[in-house]
Amino acid sequence: MEIEGEHHPLDEYLRADRIPHIWCPGCGLGTVLNGFLHALEETDIDLKNLAIVSGIGCTGRIAGYINVDSYHTTHGRAIPFATGLKLANPKLKVVVISGDGDLFAIGGNHFIHAARRNIDMTVICVNNYNYGMTGGQLGPTTPLESKTTTTPYGNIEHPFNLCHVAHASGAVYVARWTALHARRMKDSIKEALNKKGFSFVEIIASCPTTYGRRNKMPTGLDTMKYYKEKSVIKHGIEPEKADIEIGGEIIVGKFVDIEKPTFNEEVEKLIRRFHK
Amino acid sequence: MKYWVKKELKPPHGKVYIIEDRCKGCGFCIEFCPQQVLQESEEFNSRGYHPPKLVENDKKCIGCSFCSLVCPEFAIYIEKEEENED
Ligand SMILES: Cc1ncc(C[n+]2csc(CCOP(=O)(O)OP(=O)(O)O)c2C)c(N)n1
Ligand code: SF4
Ligand code: SF4
Ligand code: SF4
Ligand SMILES: [Mg+2]
Repeated sequence: MEIEGEHHPLDEYLRADRIPHIWCPGCGLGTVLNGFLHALEETDIDLKNLAIVSGIGCTGRIAGYINVDSYHTTHGRAIPFATGLKLANPKLKVVVISGDGDLFAIGGNHFIHAARRNIDMTVICVNNYNYGMTGGQLGPTTPLESKTTTTPYGNIEHPFNLCHVAHASGAVYVARWTALHARRMKDSIKEALNKKGFSFVEIIASCPTTYGRRNKMPTGLDTMKYYKEKSVIKHGIEPEKADIEIGGEIIVGKFVDIEKPTFNEEVEKLIRRFHK
Repeated sequence: MKYWVKKELKPPHGKVYIIEDRCKGCGFCIEFCPQQVLQESEEFNSRGYHPPKLVENDKKCIGCSFCSLVCPEFAIYIEKEEENED
C-alpha cells in the first residue's frame, strides 16, 4: 500500500512554504531542482557557506525555492553577481542555475569570460529550447526548424551547442543530461559541485506550455518519452560532435573533466610573488 | 579450505509515500517506474489533478527511488526496507 506522505525528505532544503512552485504541470524545472537538491544532500558542502544565483526566467525562479542564501538577479547577470561573490569571499561555494536565454543570449558574454578565467563556480543551465517565461520566443538554443512564437514558419537560426561553447571557452568540467536521466544528472551535478574551477552542466528539460505544444509534444510526458527514444550516452565525446537537431540523437554524458588553476589561485600566486 | 555459502538473496523493497496535494499529475513516476507499480488514481486531489496510486497486483516496489528523483513536485518519496520479512 502507498502511504499518505506528509514530510518530503528534501523539505529541509526547500523553502517548503513556497511549494507547490509556480511551474506548469510537466515542466522539467522541478525535476532539475529535485536532482540538484539530491546532489547537494550527497556532498559535504556546508549549507551556510553556499550561495545560489539565478537570473530571470522560469529557470531563474529556482534560487528562490532553495533554503540557502540565494540571489534572484537581473536578466543575464547571474554570472557577474556570482563572480563578485566568489572574488569577495573565496571560501564561498557559488552555484549559478539559470536558463538558456538568460545564460547564453543576454548573458552570453559573461558566460564565456567566466569560463575563460576559470572562476571557481558551478553553472547549471536548464535548456528548454526557448524563452519559457515570456511566452515561448526563439532563443539561442532553439533547434533549427522548431516552431516558436517568433518563428512561426520554423527556426532558421543555427543554435548554440552549449557544451561546445563551454568547452571552447575553457570550462574544466562539461556534462549534458536530460531531465529523464534523473539519477545521472544528480551524479553529474554532484561531480560538478565537487570540482574546482568552472564546471558546467547542461540539462535539457521539457517546457510543454510554450515550446512543447508548438512542437508536437503537448505534455511534459511526451517530451520525456522523446528523450528516452533519442538520447544516447557518449562519455568523453568531443562536445563539438554533440550538436542538437530536431528528430536527431540527443548525445548526453560527461564530455570534459580536466584540471586547470582557477582565477582565485592565480590571484593568490600573484600576491605571493610580490609580498615575499 | 573455504566454502562459498549460498545465501538466499531477498529482493530489495520500498514503501511508497505520496503527498497527494502536491501532485500535478505529470505522470513521470507512473511511466518510468521500472516495476510499473504505479497507476493514475481516479480520485482528484485538492487542486484537481489525479495523483498516482499503487497497482493492485503482486508487482512490488523495489525501492530504487527513481520516482522520487524524477518527480518535479516533491510529491513522492520512498522508504527503503532493508529486511524483507516474508
Ligand atoms: C533586461 C531584460 N530584458 C528582457 C527581459 C524579459 N525576459 C524575461 S525572462 C526572458 C528569457 C528567459 O528565457 P530563459 O533564460 O531560457 O528562461 P526560461 O523561462 O526558458 O526558463 C526574457 C527575455 C527582462 N526581464 N529583462
Ligand atoms: S512556461 Fe515552460 S519553462 Fe515556464 S514553467 Fe511553464 S513549462 Fe516550465
Ligand atoms: S522506488 Fe522505484 S520501484 Fe518503487 S515505486 Fe518508485 S520507481 Fe517504482
Ligand atoms: S511525478 Fe510527481 S507530480 Fe508527477 S504524477 Fe508522479 S507524484 Fe504526481
Ligand atoms: Mg529557456
